[in-house]
Amino acid sequence: MEGGAILAELQARFGAAVVETHGHRGDHTAVVTREALIEVLGHCRDDARLAFDVLMDLTAVDVSRLPGREDGPRFEVVYHLASLRHNHRLRLKVRVSEDHPVVPTAVPLWPIADWLEREVWDMFGVRFEGHPDLRRLLLYEEFVGHPLRKDYPVNRRQPLIGPRI
Amino acid sequence: MARATTTREFMLGEGAGTGAGSQNIHVGVGPAHPAMHGIIRIQAELDGEVIVKADVEIGYLHRAFEKDCEVGGWNNAIPYTDRLNYVSPLINNFGYASAVEKLLGIDITERCKYIRVITSEISRICDHLTCIGASAMELGAFTVFLYMIKAREFLWELVEDVTGARLTISYGRVGGVKADLPPDFGDKMRAAFKQVREVLDEVHRLLTGNRIFMDRMVGVGVLSREETIAYAITGPLLRAVGVPYDVRRAQPYYVYDRLDWEVPTQTAGDNFARYLVRMAEMEQSMRIAEQALDQIPGGPINVDHQGCPIDPATYVDQGKQGKTEGLLLVPITLSPNLQGSERHAHQRVNAADKRVVLPPKETTYGSIEGLMNHFMLIMEGYGIRPPAGEAYFAVEGANGELGFYVVSDGTDRPYRVRCRPPCLPPMAALHRMIEGEMVADLVPTFGSVNMIGGELDR
Repeated sequence: MEGGAILAELQARFGAAVVETHGHRGDHTAVVTREALIEVLGHCRDDARLAFDVLMDLTAVDVSRLPGREDGPRFEVVYHLASLRHNHRLRLKVRVSEDHPVVPTAVPLWPIADWLEREVWDMFGVRFEGHPDLRRLLLYEEFVGHPLRKDYPVNRRQPLIGPRI
Repeated sequence: MARATTTREFMLGEGAGTGAGSQNIHVGVGPAHPAMHGIIRIQAELDGEVIVKADVEIGYLHRAFEKDCEVGGWNNAIPYTDRLNYVSPLINNFGYASAVEKLLGIDITERCKYIRVITSEISRICDHLTCIGASAMELGAFTVFLYMIKAREFLWELVEDVTGARLTISYGRVGGVKADLPPDFGDKMRAAFKQVREVLDEVHRLLTGNRIFMDRMVGVGVLSREETIAYAITGPLLRAVGVPYDVRRAQPYYVYDRLDWEVPTQTAGDNFARYLVRMAEMEQSMRIAEQALDQIPGGPINVDHQGCPIDPATYVDQGKQGKTEGLLLVPITLSPNLQGSERHAHQRVNAADKRVVLPPKETTYGSIEGLMNHFMLIMEGYGIRPPAGEAYFAVEGANGELGFYVVSDGTDRPYRVRCRPPCLPPMAALHRMIEGEMVADLVPTFGSVNMIGGELDR
């Protein structure tokens, strides 16, 4: 399916749950509400016309320094979906605030979400509700803070921790 | 009343050595282990020799790639991308550059597209050679490793000829590449490919059908088609379960759609199938590079040859004296900088976009316009400034889809750079491949995944 048609289909089906859409540079993007996220992801995976069978990437962006977005929800969790069957792509986003940075987990839909969500938790401190084992992925457990947040200074050093015995 | 414990029970837990039941042993493989290419830790729970549970721990090579990218300008991230997949750094360079180009909405020159294709394919062969060579070595076939590294050496000499470096090449640029191909590159490449083909032929005779090798590879490390897709695994591992997905074919970029090549697939999904896919892909990569070399266009040279050639020092002197009229049109005889990066070559391989591409050195030194253009791209606060927005661009890395997701806030620094590393999904699924198998099979399975610490941990 063509990207615009996918967005139209999602809007028709989920109505107000699709907050915003755009097709900048050919990357079709839909912003959905947190409540509807799992339903939308599940629909994208299971609908025969969409058939997004691969969760290509899951990451987040701290938009707190993005011009015009300073006062809105701080984080955007970004899902890149791809369909091997139909060879089309879609980007889904969900916005979460700093006070309550929680997103429902996508692990039941795609097992790869396990590690990708752990990385987002590690780097941004966004928690995934229902995740079976939400540990840090790249950093160590004793690390303080979430380094890809914009307020984490680049040159900050943390004590190196020896191996756990 | 406390039961008397034997020393064995004290060490291994109650019931050990009494015949009353067996205990599972926890074995940590890595982080510093010769078979863990790079550093990674696998906590395995063994029942006898069988792995019942495995937990893969990564992050030992984390260098904050994504955070570092946010500090410098858009082109400053190029050297960091070299260090993602350090066996095929050219593909990373171009993947990142293309993502930024997509965000900017610029198109690169035809010749540059071909150069990117040729050098990417050479890198891909290097990567597969390293992967197969190292895996074979771990199974005892040291000869194969030496042969493969020899072949890789021929290719790295090519890479060195083009880029000036072997490993950390930093050859890609937003809007083009650093320099043109050297003059005799075509002959050298064909000669190197001839030798690589000989090596591959030898390796085929040594390994494919070899009893020892087959016993260790066939039926080992199997991952089903459904699980491979659910774990978002791409590249040779996906093609080894029979899905002919290749970014070069599915969403053709550069000039891959103009070339004649095949996507090799296997169906078994085991280590041997992955080996066969990689071996077949190297031949396809050579086909692509050879065709691209035959088709590569000269490209537009917009210089009007009016004046006669003068030597660079005189040229620069005239510029300093303000005699700049017509100076831009004068071809000069000697390269004032890196070989292959003269003005005429520069225009062939770089997009004609002053917002992005540094002017050639002759122009920078020889005219005030060139100097200003150079300054505008180098000075802090200016530089390359893509419009605010976001873009995701995927290239086919040696291990699968290598995607870059870039977000711009309209300034000269990336707001966010996200790399989708192709070997993270197979590592996330590694425990599914090794659970239920013998502990010795961990090594070939891990080798077939081709974990590259640089891009896995970023």
